[in-house]
Amino acid sequence: MIKKKANDKEQWFIYRANLRTKTLVVIGLAIVIILSIFISGYFIRDIPTDFASAMQMPSLEHLFGTDWMGRDMFQRTIAGLGLSIMVGFIASVVSTIISIILGLFSSFNKFADEVVAGIIDLFGSIPHILLIILVSIMFGGGVYGVIMGVGLTHWTPLARVLRSEVKEIKTKEYISLSENLGRNKVWIAIKHIFPLIISQIIVGVILMFPHAIMHEAAITFLGFGLPPHEPAIGVILAESMHYLSSGCWWLAFYPGLSLLLVVLLFDLIGENVEKLLNPETAQE
Amino acid sequence: MNKQKVAKYFGWKLVRFIVLMIAVAIFSFVLLDLSPIDPVNAYLHGAAVSETQRQILQQYFGTNVPLPEKIFHWLMDLLQGNLGISLIYRRPVIDVIIDKFMASLALMALSWILSGVIGFALGVVAGKNKGSWIDKVVKVYCYAIQSAPSFWVGMLVLMIFSVYLGWFPIGFGVPIGVRSTDATFIEWATRLVLPTLTLSLVGLAPITMYTRNELTQVLSSDFVLFAKSRGEKGWDLVKNHGIRNILLPAITLQFLSFSELFGGAVMIEQVFSYPGIGQTAVAAGLQNDVPLFLGIVVISAIFVFVGNLLADISYYFIDPRIKENEFND
Repeated sequence: MIKKKANDKEQWFIYRANLRTKTLVVIGLAIVIILSIFISGYFIRDIPTDFASAMQMPSLEHLFGTDWMGRDMFQRTIAGLGLSIMVGFIASVVSTIISIILGLFSSFNKFADEVVAGIIDLFGSIPHILLIILVSIMFGGGVYGVIMGVGLTHWTPLARVLRSEVKEIKTKEYISLSENLGRNKVWIAIKHIFPLIISQIIVGVILMFPHAIMHEAAITFLGFGLPPHEPAIGVILAESMHYLSSGCWWLAFYPGLSLLLVVLLFDLIGENVEKLLNPETAQE
Repeated sequence: MNKQKVAKYFGWKLVRFIVLMIAVAIFSFVLLDLSPIDPVNAYLHGAAVSETQRQILQQYFGTNVPLPEKIFHWLMDLLQGNLGISLIYRRPVIDVIIDKFMASLALMALSWILSGVIGFALGVVAGKNKGSWIDKVVKVYCYAIQSAPSFWVGMLVLMIFSVYLGWFPIGFGVPIGVRSTDATFIEWATRLVLPTLTLSLVGLAPITMYTRNELTQVLSSDFVLFAKSRGEKGWDLVKNHGIRNILLPAITLQFLSFSELFGGAVMIEQVFSYPGIGQTAVAAGLQNDVPLFLGIVVISAIFVFVGNLLADISYYFIDPRIKENEFND
């Protein structure tokens, strides 16, 4: 059969550092890459069109090739990724606020808890992509519709985690003590419960990011929201659909691959931050 | 098994189902009512009509009544199975949905089974050989495919198999110029291969990762150590102690993935222009076909609920460990 490696736990890093240092280095590198994509995407505004060099294969001059208007695909991709990261960021902030509010609200009493559970169930019962379309139609489409559509639908996993976490914290003695001392529920929720769920929130936000970006790409690919001249990844991919049959593989391959890499980077950051925040693995 | 408890269980599920469906119906209706779409305008496609004619239409569609009354009408119609007339197809929504849903169901069922079987097999192989190259390959594949947009995977598949190899047609449910009822089975089946392949490739990642992690956990447990010390090894060990433990939770997980399956189908049908429910949903959303879109939302919610229910049933009624705890006390 297939041979096993001698030691599973052996690290493949070149030099020996402790896990915390390595994790921090990985997080730092990933953040630098993402920030550089975001900032350079922000400054790419007008990509020159050049019909003489339209539909070129990837070369050193045009890393990702050029499209039918002779625009450099690398620049378009970076601009699209910048846009995606921005949408993902706003959407994550919106989603996080909703899940924090719902999570804390569920601590008030049993009825509030049931209401929160019901809302989570309701949002979970419609396929996610349809829900995003529904919300973005409600906001009238456009960039605003996409941001709200993605932002208002990604809070369910985090809210579920926070709710169960809050439920557990509520059984602690100091909460009932505080209640007996006559503190009101809002005060308890903010002063006693909120500080304990911060680490969950941080991890939840970072892990929400890749989902938000993917769904943003998906929904713009379907044609909701962003106008065709906007260089969003979904728009680029939808456009490249038309040139698939003529063999222009680079139009679709590289933008999708870069999106995949960005998503992987966010996953990487999320996992490593979780490793640092989780007391069981932080000290290894 | 206790019959009364089973009846109570299903009764409770039924109540939940009804409440959830009403909630979904009201929720989606209110969202679309708040949207800037004017159903009368969507019906007219921007044609110029006089104010009186517009009012007649508003009267006819019932759009000029307050929101609670509209919701009440919508729920009453829904109860009678009347979902209205689709604006794009000019046919009753229920007919359109049944038509398209059947096409999608073939796609979804096939890829659901394929992704389940292949994913489970891959997970078992990877978990059994933890740390080997095959485990690493499976892990990398799963991470990559979970981070890849499903429609991009579809486009890659389309490029490789249709454009370069030319094995399969580029899209559409049936050849151009042939009515869907006239298409031969082969014509229809060849157009199903690529979407199914893509949907399976995308869908097998969660089940593979789950199976792999569970199997490694089971294999490092004490009872497996004991079994090893008794002389069991190799495939028998995995079969007797691993798979018996993992198979049911894996099936449950697979049932719970109906929501993602539907979402994946929406994207992939769009890429392959497969005439299923997903493509119809996108068309309805883009062209402001409110009745059709609402109908699809309700149907998809039912679909997801059925998946969750099946997962629950497989969890409570088939798993021998749960059965003993829940029903025999």
